[in-house]
Amino acid sequence: MADTRTRTPEPWLDPHAQAYIRVENVSKRFGSFVAVNNVSLKIYKGEIFCLLGGSGCGKTTLLRMLAGFEQPSAGAVYIDGQDMAGIPPYERPVNMMFQSYALFPHMSVAGNVAFGLEQEKIKRAEIDRRVAEILDIVKLGEYARRKPHQLSGGQRQRVALARALVKRPKLLLLDEPLGALDRKLREHTQFELLGIQEKLGVTFVVVTHDQEEAMTLSSRVGVMNRGEIVQVGTPRQIYEFPASRFVADFIGSVNLFEGQLTEDEQDHVRVKCEELSTPVYVDHGMSAPPLALCWVAVRPEKIVLGRERPAATDNWAHGTIHDIAYMGDMTVFVVKLDSGRQVRVTQANRTRKPEEQFVWDETVYLSWDASSPVVGTG
Amino acid sequence: MSGANGSRWRPGSRGPAKRTPGSQLTRPWEPLWQFFNRLRPARWSAYVRDHWIGKPLVTAVPMTWLVLFFMVPFIIVFGISFSQSVLAIPPYEELLGWTDDKVLQLRLHLSNYDYLFTDSLYASSYLYSLKVAAVSTCYCLLLGYPMAYGIARATTTRRNIYLMLIILPFWTSFLLRVYAWIGLLKGNGVINNVLMALGVIHEPITMMQTDFAVYIGIVYSYLPFMILPLYSNLEKHDRTLLEAAADLGSRPWKAFMRITLPLSVPGIVAGSLLVFIPAVGEYVIPSLLGRTDQLMIGRVLSDEFFENRDWPVASAVAIAMLILLVVPIMIFQRYQNRELAHK
Repeated sequence: MADTRTRTPEPWLDPHAQAYIRVENVSKRFGSFVAVNNVSLKIYKGEIFCLLGGSGCGKTTLLRMLAGFEQPSAGAVYIDGQDMAGIPPYERPVNMMFQSYALFPHMSVAGNVAFGLEQEKIKRAEIDRRVAEILDIVKLGEYARRKPHQLSGGQRQRVALARALVKRPKLLLLDEPLGALDRKLREHTQFELLGIQEKLGVTFVVVTHDQEEAMTLSSRVGVMNRGEIVQVGTPRQIYEFPASRFVADFIGSVNLFEGQLTEDEQDHVRVKCEELSTPVYVDHGMSAPPLALCWVAVRPEKIVLGRERPAATDNWAHGTIHDIAYMGDMTVFVVKLDSGRQVRVTQANRTRKPEEQFVWDETVYLSWDASSPVVGTG
Repeated sequence: MSGANGSRWRPGSRGPAKRTPGSQLTRPWEPLWQFFNRLRPARWSAYVRDHWIGKPLVTAVPMTWLVLFFMVPFIIVFGISFSQSVLAIPPYEELLGWTDDKVLQLRLHLSNYDYLFTDSLYASSYLYSLKVAAVSTCYCLLLGYPMAYGIARATTTRRNIYLMLIILPFWTSFLLRVYAWIGLLKGNGVINNVLMALGVIHEPITMMQTDFAVYIGIVYSYLPFMILPLYSNLEKHDRTLLEAAADLGSRPWKAFMRITLPLSVPGIVAGSLLVFIPAVGEYVIPSLLGRTDQLMIGRVLSDEFFENRDWPVASAVAIAMLILLVVPIMIFQRYQNRELAHK
């Protein structure tokens, strides 16, 4: 048992696991503005933890407190069990990859990468060896002599990564690591990052506003809003089981309906939504006062379009197709319900036959599985 | 054919050649109108674009200025430097002249330049000028760098106040400010009186007519020229670079030496040359505050012109000074180009 516990890929489920980073009740105020409000987090060794949120949600401030550029107004940060209060950035076992990359413009690629090692008492030959090694890992060996302004965006990003990794930090902080790259390069780099992380066994804390980036990269995601962490979970958890209306709305696209709880049993709930033709039936219970107002979230890809009226008495709605966007791999339909409400539905294009596709102004029935909707009161 | 049906205008196509089938010409001026219309450009906008003279016009203004007030005087001075001094008005020999047998003759004397080498006064003045300028530049840099750095790091409102204070002395005449230093530095001047009243010294210190006074005057007068280019360089620095350096384990002082200082070299070069170049030829400050036994080259130049009325030698001195300064000016240009290339 002990053996399986040490190798568990989900250390956050293990009550005995030691957190590598502990953020305890940390707040940061700038004047009267509260950037980070009473945040507590545990991040484990080897994780890729994403702080996800819109601009101004405090995610970068939290990251900068881990790096040591900002001091918390309240609370404490522990890295590897050590209290980081008053420890300047240059003495922390942490390296950061800056959003702007912050490459030294007057130094070559090799000079940039070597800079961190030169701050320690390391022999020149050893420095050169390690610089060459890390440049090979990020596939920039041939560019060692170039200056940053002679590189493309993707290459600069990799120099910044190499510079941060060459010191073999236990913890690497990445601020919007893929923000400046175009879509193709992003996808490629995401998987490269994962490979490097696996090879070197570094713990990553990534700040991003891009949920797609957070989804593909991270072991867990912390969703932030207005300086607070609103949910922490695996990408699947936060997508399929959002804890609040904000998270449901923020992650992915979603159809949100207002409703009233009519039935609240152990094994199911039933919600009456004015905008839908039939009540929403969800196959799990929740604990809320009877007749409470609640929200129901249904993801576009979980809705099925049909021409036949469903036999069931709930979990369907009637409407006409208002708009169609063909995306290649899938088609996005905007369906106008009888109540006037517009609902987004996506369908994978499984065949190439156009006649099976729905057309503009066609009347359709929308239905979904009882396990699909998420209900909440928060 | 007309613009109404969308066809493009062509030369001559605009003519309102409205001919009714019955009559040959509705208007007698019609052929004339058509003739002129054919000469008209297809589109005025295209005509303006093709014959646009704005660009040369814009560059012509500074070019004219430089030719009139720099190049022409330079050629005149350059010419005079090959002439010989005579008692006449103007007091030099014409370079071009007719010989007795009516042959146009160009007479160039190199003796003025030769004279610069033989009389040790010139060499020592040049060297002294270079030394004074170099030392003053170093002091300006040592004083100006921390000031510029402080201003660049200050908040925006304070920054503007500091910059204002740097520029403020320019509102008073340069000459007046140098005179004010005489009042401060002389034997019974403000500084000596205060020090004696405090009992720090018992006899006045001689500060006037010393190198010290010249350095004070030059550093005081030219400090803004050091601070402003340094400031404009330091202000542009990306502060995340210093954060990155700290993140990589570099202490603040080391980060300054390895990041800020190398990146501010263009500012250092620009500021240093803006101080060094005028300081070499400085005339007023050494004349009012400086030594009498050792002249700076600016003073020698003016003496040759006004005291000795030896225009050719004075011109040669000026040309020699210019050649001496061409090297630092070229360094300046090179750094400026490199700065521009990075943007």
